[in-house]
Amino acid sequence: MRNTKLVTLEEAIHRSGLRDGMTISFHHHFRGGDKVVNMVVAKLAEMGFKDLHLAASSLSDVHAPLIEHIKNGVITKISTSGLRGELANEISHGLMKEPVVFRSHGGRGSAIASGELHIDVAFLGASSCDELGNASGCPRSENAKSICGSLGYALPDARYADYVVVLTDDLVAYPNVPKSISACEVDSVVVVDSVGDSTKISSGAIRDSKNPRDILLAKLAAKVIINSGYFTDGFSIQTGTGGASLAAVKYIRESMLEKGIKASFALGGITAHMVKLHEEGLIEKLIDVQSFDKVAAESIAHDQLHQEVSAIEYASANYMGSAVHALDIVILSALEVDVNFNVNVLVGSDGIIRGAVGGHPDTAEDSALSIIVCPLLRGRIPCIVPKVTTLITPGKGVDVVVTEYGIAVNPGRPLVKQRLLDAGVQLTDINDLAAKARSIIGEPDPLPFGDQVVGIVMDRNGGVLDKIYNIVD
Amino acid sequence: MEIKNAVAGTLESGDILIQIAPGEGLQVDLQSSVAAQFGRQIKAVIAETLSGLGIDNAYVKATDKGALDCTIRARVTAAAVRATGKDVWKD
Repeated sequence: MRNTKLVTLEEAIHRSGLRDGMTISFHHHFRGGDKVVNMVVAKLAEMGFKDLHLAASSLSDVHAPLIEHIKNGVITKISTSGLRGELANEISHGLMKEPVVFRSHGGRGSAIASGELHIDVAFLGASSCDELGNASGCPRSENAKSICGSLGYALPDARYADYVVVLTDDLVAYPNVPKSISACEVDSVVVVDSVGDSTKISSGAIRDSKNPRDILLAKLAAKVIINSGYFTDGFSIQTGTGGASLAAVKYIRESMLEKGIKASFALGGITAHMVKLHEEGLIEKLIDVQSFDKVAAESIAHDQLHQEVSAIEYASANYMGSAVHALDIVILSALEVDVNFNVNVLVGSDGIIRGAVGGHPDTAEDSALSIIVCPLLRGRIPCIVPKVTTLITPGKGVDVVVTEYGIAVNPGRPLVKQRLLDAGVQLTDINDLAAKARSIIGEPDPLPFGDQVVGIVMDRNGGVLDKIYNIVD
Repeated sequence: MEIKNAVAGTLESGDILIQIAPGEGLQVDLQSSVAAQFGRQIKAVIAETLSGLGIDNAYVKATDKGALDCTIRARVTAAAVRATGKDVWKD
């Protein structure tokens, strides 16, 4: 077999026809362990590229080296779902002239498919690939270097980018099956030492909580779900990455066993918790856009009923077949919820960007029942506020808010409210929760925002939902 | 009132570390994770607590990790008791 795709990174970049001002893209399946973004952008800087638009499915603490590349004019525009750490801090203080464009996972999928977000060259890390470009997030070799499981966020890029480069640390003999990305979509294959540190996938947002407050919140969330009217045989569920929403799975499991109820599928970021329920026969299928830990990544490699889904099929608003439309229950976390049930998961109460839009607006809007679980206060920072710092998920899609001081139901969901009351669940008014928070912490001074727009939050359909301004120290 | 160096509190989330030293007038040096929104209130609570204990001359270094007012009062009081040797709970 004569192979012309297997080249060095530099050669792949030459062949791609990349020019100054073009758009490059990346996935974030290695989360805090990602090595591809920094490696590729360093190479592009070395080759003298300027004025590039970096369109990643998300960025995190590990991408702090981008700060230098922004200062040097290599990267002048960013599109992402999230920003964390020093990069987020610098951008919040006005590092970039051009505002960062934030989209939800479903929103990004839609924007790529429609051409609104056109990708010139995609650089996609894979844990195995053959020399023709059949790529997977699962390794095939004995002493594999990495594993990330689902490549769901990379699939729109692979399909729609003009030129696709797969970077891999496990080059295997053709054919690499089963594959996530088809050789038909891949133009170059680059072998590198490491595409990512898999042990760092479950760092960042995801942690297994032993915090008694998280456990209380989890119990309350489970109580809401069990009595919501949606907890029936064949239901479907998704959980976010907050400690409390993961812990809630444990209590839901107990109730499923007790009542003899089974779920048809679990969706979204799949964790070891969900894999366990699936292996016990309590969840029939797992639909995985992102494997959140090693257990999930290993499960998708071996289990036929644990399936990968692309970001578009997962959560796009305008794609009728997307999985969120079939989702019954979603448990999500929040930085802030306001009295109109609007949610912020992106900008901290200090005005600094410190999170990710993720699938929050997609799942909240399209699911039958969305439950936000958050404490009333984090230290002195209130989570239930009169108005969110930044609007990410509009309140019309948010049904129930669970805090340790009480549970509030959106007035737009009277039936859910009635079912909970009938089951003896105590409810409170969200305005009372906001007032309770204020009575403990006092009246905060306004944040020192400047007049430079540093971020634009897009809604799921490509409209502007909110703007983020710079913070002045 | 004579002041010695004294410390109370921790750097745990939700707590505040109060370090008191001799000084002219009341000087509060605050570092806080919530300074933008609550710095003014935190300084006011520290100053009120100290003057309520009869301390008008001290240098206070406060390292705040999002403590509530009740916690701030408790830590400032404990540091003041250690700094002055005057047990406000007993005397």
